Amino acid sequence: MAMLQVTDLKVNYGVIPALKGISFEVGEGEVIALIGANGAGKTTTLHTLTGLIQAASGKIEFEGKDITRVPAHKIVTMGMAHVPEGRHVFPDMTVYQNLMLGAFTRRDRAEIDANLEMVYSHFPRLKEREKQVAGTLSGGEQQMLAMGRALMSNPKIILMDEPSMGLSPIYVNEIFDIIGKVSSEGVTVLLVEQNAKKALTIADRAYVLETGTISTSGRAADLLHDDAIRKAYLGE
Amino acid sequence: MVTLIENLINGLSMGSIYAIIAIGYTMVYGIAKMLNFAHGDIIMVGSYAAFILISTMGLPVPAGILASVVICLCLGILIEKIAYKPLRNAGSPLAVLITAIGVSYFLQNGAMLVFGSNTKSFTSVIPAQIQTLQIGPFQVKGIAVVSILTSLVLVGILQVFINRTRPGQAMLACSQDRAAASLMGISVNNTITLTFAIGSAMAAIAGVLMCSYSPALTPTTGAMPGIKAFTAAVFGGIGSIPGAMVGGLVLGIIEQLSKYYISQQVSDAIVFGVLIVILLVKPTGLFGKVIQEKV
Repeated sequence: MAMLQVTDLKVNYGVIPALKGISFEVGEGEVIALIGANGAGKTTTLHTLTGLIQAASGKIEFEGKDITRVPAHKIVTMGMAHVPEGRHVFPDMTVYQNLMLGAFTRRDRAEIDANLEMVYSHFPRLKEREKQVAGTLSGGEQQMLAMGRALMSNPKIILMDEPSMGLSPIYVNEIFDIIGKVSSEGVTVLLVEQNAKKALTIADRAYVLETGTISTSGRAADLLHDDAIRKAYLGE
Repeated sequence: MVTLIENLINGLSMGSIYAIIAIGYTMVYGIAKMLNFAHGDIIMVGSYAAFILISTMGLPVPAGILASVVICLCLGILIEKIAYKPLRNAGSPLAVLITAIGVSYFLQNGAMLVFGSNTKSFTSVIPAQIQTLQIGPFQVKGIAVVSILTSLVLVGILQVFINRTRPGQAMLACSQDRAAASLMGISVNNTITLTFAIGSAMAAIAGVLMCSYSPALTPTTGAMPGIKAFTAAVFGGIGSIPGAMVGGLVLGIIEQLSKYYISQQVSDAIVFGVLIVILLVKPTGLFGKVIQEKV
């Protein structure tokens, strides 16, 4: 049984179908990439997984439990954290307050402090800017904060939506390095990316979304060398 | 000079009552993203509750105030659950705005049905021996001092609550980014309910203070202060608690000074006139943020 099992998931925006029945699975410890063009339904998929959008039909199971109808604020306590597209840090709060909100559902002070140390070791820059208001951080720093905040919930799986969007190449490399580190610490990763090349380099397996359906899937290394994928998504 | 300072103190005290109401307005706007036009009428309900409990039933003053706070707190939660929550995902923000106006009329007419439309004379909650105080050369109403102190204490408690407690941080998070807040495990619905409860409880206190100031109590008692407090909240920058505080105080002072030095009759017109001018110069209010809309 996979850690996350999605079966025939359908989502509509009004009368327009956004997801037309997709199925995929994420095994424990895997890094899974979800790639595809704009409007393919990648973000919709993540939003439906964490309850920000309601599914029209289909099933989402996490560690054997049906979470299809679980509201967003109860998902994080089950061990699923979501780093939303566009980062969505709390702009008027400090870096520290943002990180503490990541641990909102947790009570054990000692564990939270240990977790904070772990996040600071991944992102030394966040420690430097601990007292700075999040809205004044650069895009790359905000992305780090959003990832750090998600890690503060001590998740089993972390969903990342376009972490490299709008970042300079140096930051992109740094962000992907950290995704690798997080994964090596045993956190499962579901990664949505437009930067397909980067995503496929880091992922174990990948699914390709095309206008609401999964068109291709397989080992990331194979997709990286697949001619059709190279033409469509890698610009080669 | 003495009169000017006495007027300033009176303005400041009326302003602190406006501030307490305006903070309720601004908190609800900041977190629920709606203008609760029934907020003023909750003041009226709180005043009637205090009037009945203290003047008619003879409850001791602190118990009567506490009970009226609890009644308004429950009323606020009830209104939110019944009237506003079902509309939260309605397409147009106008739906909930119009509902709020409806709730306002409902409360006013409900009060008229229950208590009658004749004016009740509210007995001040201030003990007789401190009705007027002599501080140095100044003669000040006891209620003025009590109002200023009450508002300071309330704002202090609120600041600590918001910055130091979990529910407070949840409120801040919801006011800045609702979707992100729910991803943190914060229940947006519960947070909105809590905000209504706090705002309504504060409205009850404002009602008791206001009616101790001017004892005429009718079903529309809350309407005008409600509108003024709303203006104060906009003036300070809607959504900002310090803004509502300052806005309320400034509004109270302008009102008092124009009442005394210009004309009792047109003081309201002057108050709103000054605010219109300020908003023309600074449309986001004193502490408001410029909201950049992405095209």
